[in-house]
Amino acid sequence: MSVADMSVAAMSIAVNQAASPVLQVANLRKSFGGIAAVDDVSFAVREGEILGIIGPNGSGKSTLFNCVLGQLTPSGGEVRVDGRPTTGMRPCDLNRLGVSRTFQLLQVFPQLSVRDNLIMAGQEHQGSMLSRLIGRSDAGLGEAADQMIEFFRLPHLAAEQAGSLSYGQQKLLDAAMAFMAGPRLVLLDEPAGGVNLTMLAYLRERLQAYHAEHNATFVVIEHQMEFVMALCTRVLVLAEGRIIAEGAPADIRENPIVIEAYLGH
Amino acid sequence: MTRLGAIVLAVAGLLAIAAPFFLKPFGIYLLSMWAVLTIAAIGLNLTLGYAGQVSLAQGAFVGIGAYAEALLTQAGLPFPPAFIAAGLLCFIVGWILGYPALRVQHHYLAFVTLAFNTLVFLVLRNEQWLTNGIYGINGIVRPIFLGWSTGKALNFYLFSLGILAALSLAIWWMLRSPWGRAFVALRENPIRAASLGLDTRRYTLMAFAIGSSLAGLSGALYAPLVQFIEPASFSLSMSFNLLLMVIVGGSGYFFGPFVGALVAVLLPEWMRVAEGYYLIVYAALVMAMMAFCPSGILGLAERLLKAVSHYGRPSPAIGAERTVP
Repeated sequence: MSVADMSVAAMSIAVNQAASPVLQVANLRKSFGGIAAVDDVSFAVREGEILGIIGPNGSGKSTLFNCVLGQLTPSGGEVRVDGRPTTGMRPCDLNRLGVSRTFQLLQVFPQLSVRDNLIMAGQEHQGSMLSRLIGRSDAGLGEAADQMIEFFRLPHLAAEQAGSLSYGQQKLLDAAMAFMAGPRLVLLDEPAGGVNLTMLAYLRERLQAYHAEHNATFVVIEHQMEFVMALCTRVLVLAEGRIIAEGAPADIRENPIVIEAYLGH
Repeated sequence: MTRLGAIVLAVAGLLAIAAPFFLKPFGIYLLSMWAVLTIAAIGLNLTLGYAGQVSLAQGAFVGIGAYAEALLTQAGLPFPPAFIAAGLLCFIVGWILGYPALRVQHHYLAFVTLAFNTLVFLVLRNEQWLTNGIYGINGIVRPIFLGWSTGKALNFYLFSLGILAALSLAIWWMLRSPWGRAFVALRENPIRAASLGLDTRRYTLMAFAIGSSLAGLSGALYAPLVQFIEPASFSLSMSFNLLLMVIVGGSGYFFGPFVGALVAVLLPEWMRVAEGYYLIVYAALVMAMMAFCPSGILGLAERLLKAVSHYGRPSPAIGAERTVP
């Protein structure tokens, strides 16, 4: 283990001990028929952490995500956000508690402009439905949207329809949207999927910059190992619906159980 | 809005005000029908064009509004409260009809709303004690508004035009507020919208309720315009006609319903030169238009404008034509 890796590990331990968990998942289970896609999974995410969740195809990563985010109702177990139980909560209510997400497949609003996509991503957090009707067209978020556009260096595209952007640019917008409401916790579902290496490095750099600036808390599901190892402070490995390993990125990379799960028997 | 848009709008507004002074009573009647049905089409454009919820029941709401206005005024209520009651009643019924939309989408939702339209038709026909059944309601009086009688064709047209203008302004305001963005987000990607905190249930119901209430207000003008209403006026054919207006004008464009209603009300009359064949010619024109320009007349106009201004530059991506005001 290199010195740099050790310091990352030490940092993550320090973070673990310092704060109360932003996200707590306890004994979560989800079965489809007789198959347990998520089987008794427990973990906690502390403030300021970037937790990576990796695992081979079909290991239950997406199901776990969907249970945490209210897209699926778990068969058992509990999810807490800042100590508050959120199991079975509707996605929109969960989001207003400060849990934000991106999707595996691109999810921007193609016919809205880049700027309107960002305002949309924050406006439902502003006031009541009635106050939004009589209030300003940009819900008071115009400046915040422009700052976010600046942060992701997309100003030349602000007025363009999101659908006319390149795939990589839409991916950046997608991530920016997840940050618009100033969330407590951001869950990123395969952010690297389908993105070329240059754009990937840029996306990672922006995520890290945002993390550093806001002490944000991320959970990342990802296939792309390099991306996870470079971005995350701690990694969970899922196989057949269970957590088989947990630790600092460098440890995970050399863990024989993990290598076996990925390469097969 | 661009300068070109402002000029077109000003000219269209002046034409709408000046036109009846050059027309015979039947022409004015047609223009009034345009103004009245445009209100219902604006409602459907909101539900379908902006929020993406298919509804084949808009004609039924026009019927509910028309019967509400006719029955209430004949019971002695003045026009303004009857007008508002018609809108309110349709808001509530529309809100309730929105519930199926929380479970089913697209053509399944179309069938649910289609069944609702038939249900309303049957109630209007069979509940004779209330609606006078197939005999309909006769002698609906045109209102006296602030001491000004709208009895004459010209006056009633100007009255309808004023209400159309006021309602358009209100809807324009709503669509430029964060609600307009939320409705488009609901149409384009409800799952993503929910993940951003948008209460999809509330906005879906709201889209149905507001769209339906506009149909109710349109019906409350329709009754005094035609002065005789019967259940058959509000069968499926009116819903299809309103749908046609929205699609032909340009679904999701603010001014789409204005243009679509103009085509749907006037074109069949102009086609009368083809005598017995006029409906066939009309149908063929609509089919050709839909085949070559599914985004409607305003979609076509926008494409042409872009082609002129972007001449020599690469064209924008497919599906990128629609704008949100």
